[in-house]
Amino acid sequence: MESKVNRSAEINERFVDLFQTSRGRIERNSSKLINSFRSSAMDRFRELGVPGKKNEAYRYTNLEPWFGSNYKSFFVPEPEDFGAAEDFRCEVETLDTHTLILLNGYFPTSNGGIIELPDGVKVGSLARASEIFPEIVESHYGKYAVDGTDGLIPLNTALASDGIYVYVPAGITCSKPIQIINLVEATEDIMVHHRNLIVVEEQASVDLIVCDHALSPRKFLTNAVTEVYVGPSARFDILRVQNEHNSAGKITHTFIHQERDSIAGSNNITLHGGLVRNSTYHRLNGEGAEANAYGLYLADKWQHVDNFVNIDHAVPNCTSKQLFKGVLDDFATGAFNGRIYVSQDAQNTRAYQSNNSILLTDDAHMDTKPQLEIYADDVKCSHGATVGQLDEEALFYLRSRGISAVEARLMLMFGFAHEVIASIKTAALRDRIDNLVLQRLRGELSRCATCMINCDNK
Amino acid sequence: MENDQERLLNEVTSGDYKYGFHTDIETDTIARGLNEDVIALISAKKGEPEWMLEYRLKAFRIWLKMKMPAWAHLKIPEINYQDIIYYAAPRQSAKLSSLDEVDPELIDTFNKLGIPLEEQKRLSGVAVDAVMDSISVKTTFKDALADQGIIFCSFSEAVREHPDLIKKYMGSVVPSGDNFFAALNSAVFSDGSFCYIPAGVRCPMELSTYFRINAANTGQFERTLIVAEEDSYVSYLEGCTAPKRDENQLHAAIVEIVAEKGSEVKYSTVQNWYPGDKNGKGGIYNFVTKRGICKGDNSRISWTQVETGSAVTWKYPSCILKGNNSSGEFYSVAVTNNHQQADTGTKMIHIGKNTKSTIVSKGISAGFSQNSYRGLVKVLKGAENARNFSQCDSLLLGDKCGAHTFPYLEVDNRSAIVEHEATTSRIGEDQIFYCNQRGISTEDAIGLIVNGYAREVLNKLPMEFAVEAQKLLQITLEGSVG
Repeated sequence: MESKVNRSAEINERFVDLFQTSRGRIERNSSKLINSFRSSAMDRFRELGVPGKKNEAYRYTNLEPWFGSNYKSFFVPEPEDFGAAEDFRCEVETLDTHTLILLNGYFPTSNGGIIELPDGVKVGSLARASEIFPEIVESHYGKYAVDGTDGLIPLNTALASDGIYVYVPAGITCSKPIQIINLVEATEDIMVHHRNLIVVEEQASVDLIVCDHALSPRKFLTNAVTEVYVGPSARFDILRVQNEHNSAGKITHTFIHQERDSIAGSNNITLHGGLVRNSTYHRLNGEGAEANAYGLYLADKWQHVDNFVNIDHAVPNCTSKQLFKGVLDDFATGAFNGRIYVSQDAQNTRAYQSNNSILLTDDAHMDTKPQLEIYADDVKCSHGATVGQLDEEALFYLRSRGISAVEARLMLMFGFAHEVIASIKTAALRDRIDNLVLQRLRGELSRCATCMINCDNK
Repeated sequence: MENDQERLLNEVTSGDYKYGFHTDIETDTIARGLNEDVIALISAKKGEPEWMLEYRLKAFRIWLKMKMPAWAHLKIPEINYQDIIYYAAPRQSAKLSSLDEVDPELIDTFNKLGIPLEEQKRLSGVAVDAVMDSISVKTTFKDALADQGIIFCSFSEAVREHPDLIKKYMGSVVPSGDNFFAALNSAVFSDGSFCYIPAGVRCPMELSTYFRINAANTGQFERTLIVAEEDSYVSYLEGCTAPKRDENQLHAAIVEIVAEKGSEVKYSTVQNWYPGDKNGKGGIYNFVTKRGICKGDNSRISWTQVETGSAVTWKYPSCILKGNNSSGEFYSVAVTNNHQQADTGTKMIHIGKNTKSTIVSKGISAGFSQNSYRGLVKVLKGAENARNFSQCDSLLLGDKCGAHTFPYLEVDNRSAIVEHEATTSRIGEDQIFYCNQRGISTEDAIGLIVNGYAREVLNKLPMEFAVEAQKLLQITLEGSVG
């Protein structure tokens, strides 16, 4: 017991040291505004530390092996690294996107940092944006990423120096989705902290696709925070496709702040990854807002996938829906922790939540914890969770029609997973993901060999 | 309509606790506080053997190292465990052989409570082991039960007369170090019931014990142990009412059930401790550890509870499904009003093959109360074909109360099928309108709807209790329309 306490204290101490010794380098690559948050965030991290098993939100995820590991260097990019990133191109067939690449948490600055898209849409480096558009960044940065018990959020605030910035002006509908490709590549084990800020102004609309890849077979750990502001009557969708290898640890926190009549959707598709933890927070801050949180996790080997969702109904007349499904094979473990929180005056709330998992082997394990916390009476809230196996009768039905056992199981699994994919609105994208999932279930998809948009590393 | 509801709400909530009276009976109490000397004194007063004292002291030493659990969704003022009297017994010198010898005032108390001790003996066929302030006053029907080899007596009597059974089973389901309140109970338990059903015996009547807290400032720490041998059956009823008192009273009980091969145990509870007044002052703190083990194959344990009382309820009747083909059931209605807080639910631990568990929980919150369901369904690796179904519904009557659901599902076997579903809503205005239209007053309509909502659970109660439970629901809720 004591050694455990010492161990976690030692890990926390190492991050404090890391911050102190690398602060100069971190700040050089960032901006004054972002730097101004670091000291207080580090103080907060000192109080909270890396979440342990005692933390209810991390009850089923053991971070210690990931945070306790030695990451040889704290990566700060050199100009030549960006050359490699710029060589990385994506071939897009039916899907047309604006593509951005984030390498080890940094946006390649060689092109000025900010790209101007049509209609005043701006994408690029957050560090750069906070210098060019200080008033926008200042009014949103650090405002939404608030969680009372999760020490990883202040750790990110203290250590992250850059990330993606997306700005969609009022009334603009971004016709093409914006795609962010997160690459981690290094010759050593590294840890990456990046911070994204997405601002969708009133009546604007944008789709964001985030692809997570690990290129080199090293041990990686990512601790990313994304803050999203969805203005009144705006629409925002984020689709995250995670396809990393078994030595990659990926922890994402996405905070979506929604104003009145806005519609926001989040969808986490996890195909591969050693440790994946996605924390998604929707705060319904204006009446008439709608939040949709989806997730699909397909895990095998020793992988661990944990989805944490918190839907905060702060005001009346909002709607939310959560649907998380997963298939666990081999020794894989899965966790789901979803919460619907309805504040006292949030009357006329409609909130639904569902989590279904399939265990394919006796060694696979699933923990699920759907929660309702309701303080208003005029609500309709429900949640459901199931853990089970493929339906024997459905399998028999397929077998009796001459479909092989392997193919029948595949069909059932695919049908099971498709419910989540069906929520993707863009047809071309939906077909892509369907295809990817099918390949993944067939075991044909390895690492990032086939990304959704057929990336190939030249 | 709005005013009507206000008025009704006031009428009901300002109504005094129906069972709030206080009987002046001389009680034998000891000084406040808890230490090894107090435990030795309790043990000595009860004339316990050495091994029992050892058990208590061991538990006390474990308790000293423990902290009160804080994970429940409850706001509990700090409890000073040194400011509690840990022993109170109605003064009684000689053993009684008939009802006539029982203190007439005591009989009067029971009559006010509606426990017709003498009538029941004659008419209803329910054996009543009335526990009043920790000491069993009178056990009826004991002879009838003894004929079949059934042992049903107070816990202290069992310690004296059946030490082998107590030694074998006490603490086997809830070890003394299990949790903070279990350790406290193990150290200071006052009395309780012991029930032993021999192999192949079907207990001919519902066994029931009425618990009552009476003397001021005494915590009551009962301990119940039920052992069902192979192929036996017993249905056990526990009901609680407590008189009105201003200071919070602490109640930390333990119930242990051992079900051997092929046996079935039904445990039903109606809990109506004093909930505190409408401003949340006073009321009982109820911290109960209830757990049963389906030890043998094909055994079955069923918990049914109707929780309407207590200022704070912390209670998770659980089943360990160890035997193959064993099954566990949990049916609960928890009603909270005013400033009551309840955090209740169950744990189903599937260990054996083909084990089955069913959870049906109905929460009803009104006033400023907080009502939480907290449950764990755990399927271990070896539990082939485990099956669980959980349904947890919450009904909200009022916009200042809260209803929460915290289920935990941990599945380690692919052949398991685990389902959980929960809904939270309020009584539909259309439903009330429908009743109003047919000449049913709003108050009656609410009673009707709530009773219908809880029917699934109430149906599981034995007849004797179902009636009382329905009355309790009405008393607690009528008029508290949101």
